[in-house]
Amino acid sequence: MRYLPLTPNDRQDMLATIGASSIDELFVDVQEDARLDGPIRDLPMHAGEMAVEAHMKKLAKNNSAAGDMPFFLGAGAYRHHVPASVDHIIQRGEFLTAYTPYQPEIAQGTLQTLFEFQTQVARLFGVDVANASMYDGSTACWEAIVMARRITKRGKAVLSSGLHPHYVSVAKTMARFTKDQLVSEAPTLEAATDGADLLDQIDDDTSCVVVQYPDILGRIGDMSALVEKAHSHKALLIAVVTEPVALGAIKSPGQMDADIVVGEGQSLGVGLQFGGPYVGLFGCKQKYVRQMPGRLCGETVDSEGKRGFVLTLSTREQHIRREKATSNICTNSGLCALAFTAHMTLLGEKGLRELAMLNHKKAVAAADRLVSIQGVSLLNESFFNEFTLVLDKDTRPIVRKLADQKILAGVSLGRLYPEEGALAHGLIVAVTETTSDEDVEALATALEGELA
Amino acid sequence: MNMLTEGRPTKQDENLAVPDQSALKTHTGNRALMVDEPLIFETGSPDRSGVDLPEAPFVESRLGGLDRDEPISIPGLSEAEMVRHYTRLSRQNYAIDVGLFPLGSCTMKHNPRLNEKMARLKGFSDIHPLQPVDSVQGALGLIDELATWLKTLTGMPAVAMSPKAGAHGELCGILAIRSALEARGDAREVILVPESAHGTNPATAAFAGYKVEDIPANADGRVDLDALKARLGPDVAGVMITNPNTCGLFEPDMKAISDAVHNAGGLVYCDGANFNAIVGRVRPGDLGIDAMHINLHKTFSTPHGGGGPGSGPVVFSDALAPFAPLPFVEKTEAGHFNLVEEETAEDHHGDSFGRMVAFHGQMGMFTRALTYMLSHGADGLKQVSEDAVLNANYVLRSLEDVLDAPFSKSGPCMHEALFSDNRFTNGLTTLDLAKGLIDEGYHPMTMYFPLVVHGAMLVEPTETESKAAIDQFIGAMRSVAERANAGDEMLKSAPHFAPRRRLDETLAARKPILVWQEPEEYAEAAE
Repeated sequence: MRYLPLTPNDRQDMLATIGASSIDELFVDVQEDARLDGPIRDLPMHAGEMAVEAHMKKLAKNNSAAGDMPFFLGAGAYRHHVPASVDHIIQRGEFLTAYTPYQPEIAQGTLQTLFEFQTQVARLFGVDVANASMYDGSTACWEAIVMARRITKRGKAVLSSGLHPHYVSVAKTMARFTKDQLVSEAPTLEAATDGADLLDQIDDDTSCVVVQYPDILGRIGDMSALVEKAHSHKALLIAVVTEPVALGAIKSPGQMDADIVVGEGQSLGVGLQFGGPYVGLFGCKQKYVRQMPGRLCGETVDSEGKRGFVLTLSTREQHIRREKATSNICTNSGLCALAFTAHMTLLGEKGLRELAMLNHKKAVAAADRLVSIQGVSLLNESFFNEFTLVLDKDTRPIVRKLADQKILAGVSLGRLYPEEGALAHGLIVAVTETTSDEDVEALATALEGELA
Repeated sequence: MNMLTEGRPTKQDENLAVPDQSALKTHTGNRALMVDEPLIFETGSPDRSGVDLPEAPFVESRLGGLDRDEPISIPGLSEAEMVRHYTRLSRQNYAIDVGLFPLGSCTMKHNPRLNEKMARLKGFSDIHPLQPVDSVQGALGLIDELATWLKTLTGMPAVAMSPKAGAHGELCGILAIRSALEARGDAREVILVPESAHGTNPATAAFAGYKVEDIPANADGRVDLDALKARLGPDVAGVMITNPNTCGLFEPDMKAISDAVHNAGGLVYCDGANFNAIVGRVRPGDLGIDAMHINLHKTFSTPHGGGGPGSGPVVFSDALAPFAPLPFVEKTEAGHFNLVEEETAEDHHGDSFGRMVAFHGQMGMFTRALTYMLSHGADGLKQVSEDAVLNANYVLRSLEDVLDAPFSKSGPCMHEALFSDNRFTNGLTTLDLAKGLIDEGYHPMTMYFPLVVHGAMLVEPTETESKAAIDQFIGAMRSVAERANAGDEMLKSAPHFAPRRRLDETLAARKPILVWQEPEEYAEAAE
């Protein structure tokens, strides 16, 4: 057993030290009828590396990998190129196999990267502070709603129809138990975001308005008027960013005075991974920092006056505050945060802006090509690297059919909103730096075939 | 065991003066391999980048007039600098790869590298969560296979795979309990949690809207069954119990506890953080448990990564299975895998309490955990728990003469050994011993947890340590414990040899500096 160092002799020596005659004696507290007489049945016995690898490769081969074919899916998870050095860094054993940095004297590596991560996220979002990560964007979004309730002592959250339907679904699940009131609707196929409609929903009972930016259909809306209205009712504006690369091209939510900004950080460093692990980003204004969920890393000094970093403000957290904690979160997404920050460090502002404009302009060119197809129109007036096409047919069967032809065409609105017949003709298409002109041409040709 | 540290005898230069090392100052402040690394904000530049990108097409942008017109102020590094920056920082970390990590209730076992290799197969790492299900049959098959392992190992009929970590799994379990009770029109309002529980337990119950009350413990460090029975009643929704418990002991009355809770109309949640002690040897399903989360990053060796990502699938009894969250994977008779989401749930999973996360859970951790399980097999996993328990008992019996072990008379421990600071003198604390252990080259044990023991020290060696490594650790522990018992002042200022001395946590909390500030802003903040 290649991971287990004890030899039979070791075990005998150790049992002798303990004063037990057998291993079974150590399990004496287990009630007799729950003791198993041997290895659990119906499971295979141990296997060597080669056998395990063969098994896993067989499973892996039975998937269509994005890199092997034209690929246009987005809607909350984006395929970006991850530089080789990023994956190397996160595989350094000192990062990979470290624990949560509760012993700061021997965890400065993790702590300093978290401090740098927090600073990068805060600057990207245009807010004062950010935490050391959450599970993912959808759970960060719900935690932000709960945080707004704590701050405003109100229980009504107004969700934009442009918020990712899975994020809405998570919030609805939780709100059912916490008795928060959620106002939410499915989007409509219009060029403008629902900002104007949301204004009317904000009143003195509202804790927060939750707006995705760019939204699920790819539209980019100015949040300034919403922020103003929310603040006039002492409600908060929560901005949700599912594609952080966009903020290399468009104004930060903080610049529009958003109070809490959350997001999905998967785009940088993490990869698609079938939906997880991802990394939730969470930032806010300084005045709300003590209401934040999750771990925070802060600067301090050691007993010789040297700068160092520690986890701080932990009196908000479950291991100190127990049932009065701001959240039950413990383990977060440390290693994904490292991947995010390492990728961001490699980019810097210059690289981020270039990457963002490359994504955007490739998307513009792709949109132009795709709307030249008979039976295809573009919903968006504005977008970053993702836009919604409206076809003259249901898109869901087309997406399935093209997948069989090894073209991953995008996310059909029918998949995301199966109940909303009016959306069935919508197709969300994402284009990143990894999308080639040939990919776009392949999609265009296939769509022409389907719509002819 | 004694290490040979003398080296091969060589002839020494007798005229060589050996200076007093403490007086030696270097120009940089560094000490050979112990090198401080500045922040990227001090060395990088917003104009520098370690990424080369192709030219963008010449098209007009369509950003709706919202172009980012303010500086982002995120510095960049070239690749060479970036690799060195993080490599240098990594060397200031303790990690399993560096040494034994005796952190109780955290199960810091070796992280096999085959797991990493498998997680990086493009068929797992490069697939999108919203791809048509026909294009991800292998991924769904993997989830189903891992689910089968988890159900078989726990003897439970159902499992929810999507929870992102242990605490998220707890939430999943408690929401299922609440859903089941609400479905029978009997919501109830109290969850009982032992004082010795992880902080996530009461935080989770409160997050789900329950009132939290303590379960009393007896002098043996276990649940007081009679007191628990007396408290059960129509207002109690359920209990959250950690088994093996956080005192390192198996709850011998577990089945009786479950029966009592069930008879009173409640449900039993088990915190599976300590599953490593019994995996492959005892099935929680045989103990009457209704829900238990499994930390794949503890028991099944997926890396802790400096604080995550975790993964916390939750196994369910028949009573709770109908309420499990979406999405989940379902195998048809023809061997095809379907994904049950909101759309299809109404047909045959209408009682589900809903969705907890955007996508399918921690796929990257599933691949690693399954790789680990296949490597060990049923026989290897049984050996895992046996060796983990053997190692912990060996530590307990090798240290109980120098450290107070409050429950050493309660019988064998499970996979972790618990000590207190009762024998320390001269005001020395558990924290001092822990920091002394750092100087000996070890990450400290879990400190001040569980709360029921004064100055608790919870030691979990795990099964992936050799006897020699454990003997060395015991030697270090004995030495530091003897110093603490003797009141050695030097421990109060430990660690002396770490990259940093003790850090001022009070200062950090009083005037939080959570992001880097330009030096002038920094000066203002410090005023």
